[in-house]
Amino acid sequence: MNTDEQTHDDIADIIQTLPLDRWHRDQGARMVSFAGYSMPIQYEGILAEHLWTRESAGLFDVSHMGQLLVSGPTNEGGVDVALETLMPGDFINLGVDRMRYSLLLDDEGGILDDLMVTRRAGDFYLVVNGATKADDIGHLHEHLPEELTLNHLDDHALLALQGPKAVDALSRVCPGVEALVFMTAGAFDLAGAPVWISRSGYTGEDGFEISLPAEAAEAVASLLLAQPEVKPVGLGARDSLRLEAGLPLYGHDLDTTTDPAMAGLGFAVPKRRRAEAGFPGAVTVGRHFADGPPRKRIGMILSGRQPAREGALIFDGDTQVGTITSGGFSPSLQVPIAMGYVVPGSAGLNRPLQIEVRGKRLDAVVAPMPFVPHRYVRQGS
Amino acid sequence: MTTYFTEDHEWISVEGGTAIVGITDYAQAQLGDIVFVDLPAPGTTVAKGGDAAVVESVKAASDVFAPVTGTVSEANSALEEDPALVNSAPETDGWFFKLALADPAELEGLMDAAAYKAFCEGL
Repeated sequence: MNTDEQTHDDIADIIQTLPLDRWHRDQGARMVSFAGYSMPIQYEGILAEHLWTRESAGLFDVSHMGQLLVSGPTNEGGVDVALETLMPGDFINLGVDRMRYSLLLDDEGGILDDLMVTRRAGDFYLVVNGATKADDIGHLHEHLPEELTLNHLDDHALLALQGPKAVDALSRVCPGVEALVFMTAGAFDLAGAPVWISRSGYTGEDGFEISLPAEAAEAVASLLLAQPEVKPVGLGARDSLRLEAGLPLYGHDLDTTTDPAMAGLGFAVPKRRRAEAGFPGAVTVGRHFADGPPRKRIGMILSGRQPAREGALIFDGDTQVGTITSGGFSPSLQVPIAMGYVVPGSAGLNRPLQIEVRGKRLDAVVAPMPFVPHRYVRQGS
Repeated sequence: MTTYFTEDHEWISVEGGTAIVGITDYAQAQLGDIVFVDLPAPGTTVAKGGDAAVVESVKAASDVFAPVTGTVSEANSALEEDPALVNSAPETDGWFFKLALADPAELEGLMDAAAYKAFCEGL
C-alpha cells in the first residue's frame, strides 16, 4: 500500500509551518504538505468532517492562501482601473466592502490564478491561492503601475467558518457579522483582535472567512472551536465540499490551458468587460464566449461506487473527448462525482459518457453543477 | 493458521497452501474512509510486490500489493456492498482476497505480528 503522505515526507525539509501548526496537532490533526506548507488534511475523518460542515459548522485554516493589499497614492488611486487591466472583473463599479470572484489571465486568456477581490475603504484586498501566490505577486509587481503599492499580509492568518450554523457560532462571539450577506465584508473585533470578515467561502454553504493577525489566530480558533456548532475540518473535506459545490480548484480544474469561457466562468466576465475587451486575452476569450469554447468544463455523476480521479480519460462512444480534472466520492450524495473538460459536442446535460479507470470503462452522465445546491445567504433573502 | 505482515501494510493469513490477504488496521487508519475497493477477479495471477487491488478513500486511490505470488481464488464480495468494512474490521471481515500460494518460501521474508507492531511504532 502506498499513500500520498509518504511521497510528501520526502520533501519534508522544505515544508514551512503556519501560525496554527501546533494548535492543529493538539486537535489531533493529521498533517500533510500542501502548497509548501504543513497543513491539516483531517482530524476525525474526511467523511464525518464533510457531513458536519453540511449540517452544522466547520472551522478551516486556510492561512496558506496569499492575502494581498493593493493601494494607491490616494484613496481613489486608480487601483480599480489598474486591476481591470489584469483581470476580467468589474472593479470600477464594485462598491466598498463588496467582493468579486475573479481571474488573473495571461495574454492568451489562460488562467494564471483565481482569486477573491474586495474593495475596501482605502485599498483592495485580494485572496489568492497558496501554491500560486509567489507567481501572482511577481505578476502584479510586474504589471501594476509603479505608483501603486502591493502589500503581502504574510503576518496574517486566514480562517474559514462554513456551514448552516456558522452564523450562529460566529455572531455569538462577534456580534454584527449576521448583517453581512454573501460576498460582502467588513472590519470587526474578535477576541480582542482587529479582524476582516467576509461572508463567503469554498464549500457551497453559508459561512465566513476571517482574516486576522497571526498572533491572534490561536485565541480566535480556540474561541470558535469552543462554540457547540463548530468542529475543525481539514483540507480533505475542503476538497470534497468544494467538488460537490461545483467550484473549480486552481492547478486542477483551472490552469493556463483553460480560459474563463472553457471553465464556464462567464459570471466573472461581465458584459461591459467583454464589450471593452480591455483585459489580457480579451479577444480570444471574447470569441470563445461568443462562438463557443473548444472545450467545456462539465460535471459528471458516475454509476456504481468506483470514483474516477484527476487524469482519467473521458470517452463518448469510442472517441476520447476529454479528461477528468477533479474526481472523488461525494459524501453527501453517496455517489462518485467528477469535473472535467470535454469537447462541446459531448458536454450536453444528461449525455452518457464513459470514464476509463485502470483499463475499465465506467458509465457516467453529464450532470448540472453544483452537485449539491449552494446555500448562500444573499441580499434580500 | 499463521499471519504475516508486509512493510506495505498488508496482512496474509496462511493455512496450508492457501492464504487470505487484507490491509492492516494501521493502513486503514492512514487511508481514512474507504468508499470502494477494486479487487482482483478469481483466476488472476498476482506477483509478490506487484499490484493486486486498489483502495479508494474519499481523497485518493491507493495500491495494495500482493504479499506473495499466487492465484486469486476468491474476492471478498461483501466489500462491494460495504467497503467501509475495511475501516471497521480490516483484519477480519474486511479481508480482500484468497490466494493459492505459488511458493510458500516467499513467506519467509515477511514479518510476524510482533515485528510488524515494532515496524509501525518506528514510522
